[in-house]
Amino acid sequence: MRTAGPTHRFPAMGEHAIEAVGLHRSYRSRTGWLRPQRREVHAVAGVDLAVGHGELFGLLGPNGAGKTTTIKLLNTLLVPTGGEARICGFDVVRQTREVRRRIGYVFGGDRGLYDRLSARDNLRYFAELYGVPGREQKRRIAELFELVRLTGRQDDRVEGYSRGMRQRLHIARGLLHRPRVLFLDEPSIGVDPVAARELRQTVADLAATGTTVLLTTHYMAEADELCGRIAVIAGGRIQALGTPAELRHHADGRRVLEVEAYGVTDGQVAAIRARPGVREVSLAVHGAAQVLGVQSDAGVDVQANVLRELGGVRLGRVTARQPTLEDAYVAIVNRAAEPAAVAGRMPA
Amino acid sequence: MIAVGALLHVKQLSRSPFEIAIALFVPVVQATLAVYLFRAGGEPDRLLEAAVGAGLMGVWSTVLFGSGGAIQNQRWQGTLEMIMLAPRSPALVLLPVTLATGITGTYAMLATLAWGRLLYGIPLDFAHPVAFPVAVAGCIAGLGMFGLLLASGFVLLRHANALANMLEYPIWLVSGMLVPVTALPGWTGPVAAVLPTTWGARAVHEAASGGPVWPALAVCLAISLACLAAGWALMTYVERRARVTATLALA
Repeated sequence: MRTAGPTHRFPAMGEHAIEAVGLHRSYRSRTGWLRPQRREVHAVAGVDLAVGHGELFGLLGPNGAGKTTTIKLLNTLLVPTGGEARICGFDVVRQTREVRRRIGYVFGGDRGLYDRLSARDNLRYFAELYGVPGREQKRRIAELFELVRLTGRQDDRVEGYSRGMRQRLHIARGLLHRPRVLFLDEPSIGVDPVAARELRQTVADLAATGTTVLLTTHYMAEADELCGRIAVIAGGRIQALGTPAELRHHADGRRVLEVEAYGVTDGQVAAIRARPGVREVSLAVHGAAQVLGVQSDAGVDVQANVLRELGGVRLGRVTARQPTLEDAYVAIVNRAAEPAAVAGRMPA
Repeated sequence: MIAVGALLHVKQLSRSPFEIAIALFVPVVQATLAVYLFRAGGEPDRLLEAAVGAGLMGVWSTVLFGSGGAIQNQRWQGTLEMIMLAPRSPALVLLPVTLATGITGTYAMLATLAWGRLLYGIPLDFAHPVAFPVAVAGCIAGLGMFGLLLASGFVLLRHANALANMLEYPIWLVSGMLVPVTALPGWTGPVAAVLPTTWGARAVHEAASGGPVWPALAVCLAISLACLAAGWALMTYVERRARVTATLALA
């Protein structure tokens, strides 16, 4: 039962392909038998979204930000605990079947296919489930194998497919019934760069044909290349929304120092974060190396201080550059995490 | 859709190395157990009944673990969400899965009888040779429909395997698949009477060793159809509950 959330009304039915107002989803869990402890987690805490017909919209966020839960609320796999959502004007809770006829859902990773069946059998089965007429099935399946470049391998069992091939088969499955809205949940996760580029091309081709695409991804370059608009979600809420160019403004007035290093400790990251002028610090691992990213106010040169804090650490290349969309994303996500961190530090 | 779905699920199930190994060994073990049990009981003339009983146990295990296991496997492989997302009645989506397990269950019966013949020389002299395959087919169809009712529980529970394990032995014991219902405590009688497995087992036993096959088969199918109707109605509720409680996926 939907209990929480505001009682907004949609402006006009079907004006957008995807509409969400005050979307909310919480999970209750219980641990222990003798002294049970109940916990409520708010995975999505009031998401407002409007995606136009034919738009390629990106949903970006760190792990656990609420991306997948948002998609599952919109595609009817989960029932919201608050708020409302519509797909092509149909309510995701009350008009489930109407919504399902109009959507396709593709998620990343190895799962979601019948491994011991051939690719053709997989598509045949889902074509039946989605009510693709028998006389049209053969042609549609051949067309999709062509689109996702699996022609010639369609009769091989899926268990022998590479991750990139599985991902392309997933997309074909999601498109069988010509959905008007396609949800792509991290489709390029774990896919090699060449396969990822092919996937991006497939997604771009889809959007060009008028399919509305909602894409979640971790890869900033992917979102930047494909999406007309991007929403950054963190802590279950939309923290920023706009075109990639608009989002870049979140890092205006900053510069970025990147240091390749080997063995940076959490203590050193905290010390750098506390230095005057430093706005954000991130530490990514690339193979054996770490890449320390330090965003600072444009007018403050933090390089000397950063290198001093990293005394004793083996360093590689040090570069200063203008902020990118990724830096803007880091700024937005860290800003969203700040109130929680401050609250966590406050005495009870 | 039901035919194509059932066919493809049979394909998927029958290609699992684990399922193949189980299918090869379990009937041998069950036939052996049944034969020695009846020999020890001083009833060597009832060996065919023992083999048929063991075959029925195999069919029940296949349907039970097929319904539970297939749904749990689909949850593991991420396909449960995908099929439940189809714009169809949830019961219609799952019926091919339970029918497929019934079809693979036929193999358990055939294999047990074949091993019984090969290893222990049990003569396959059925009292009603025509009624026997009909009774087995009817029993399997009935169990497939019963499987849909079970499947609704398995969709709702993230630990479907635990429920399947719990149900295996009590049901075949109470249904009189191997031990006659009359040999069990009186309180099991009413439970046995409402289970389609009891009537299906009775029909198959009557066909093998002599007796009225059709009344028992008719009761089995009538109860199974009631289970199908209940499963159909319950599945719609269960699908909605699973979306509320988020149990369609593993996490």
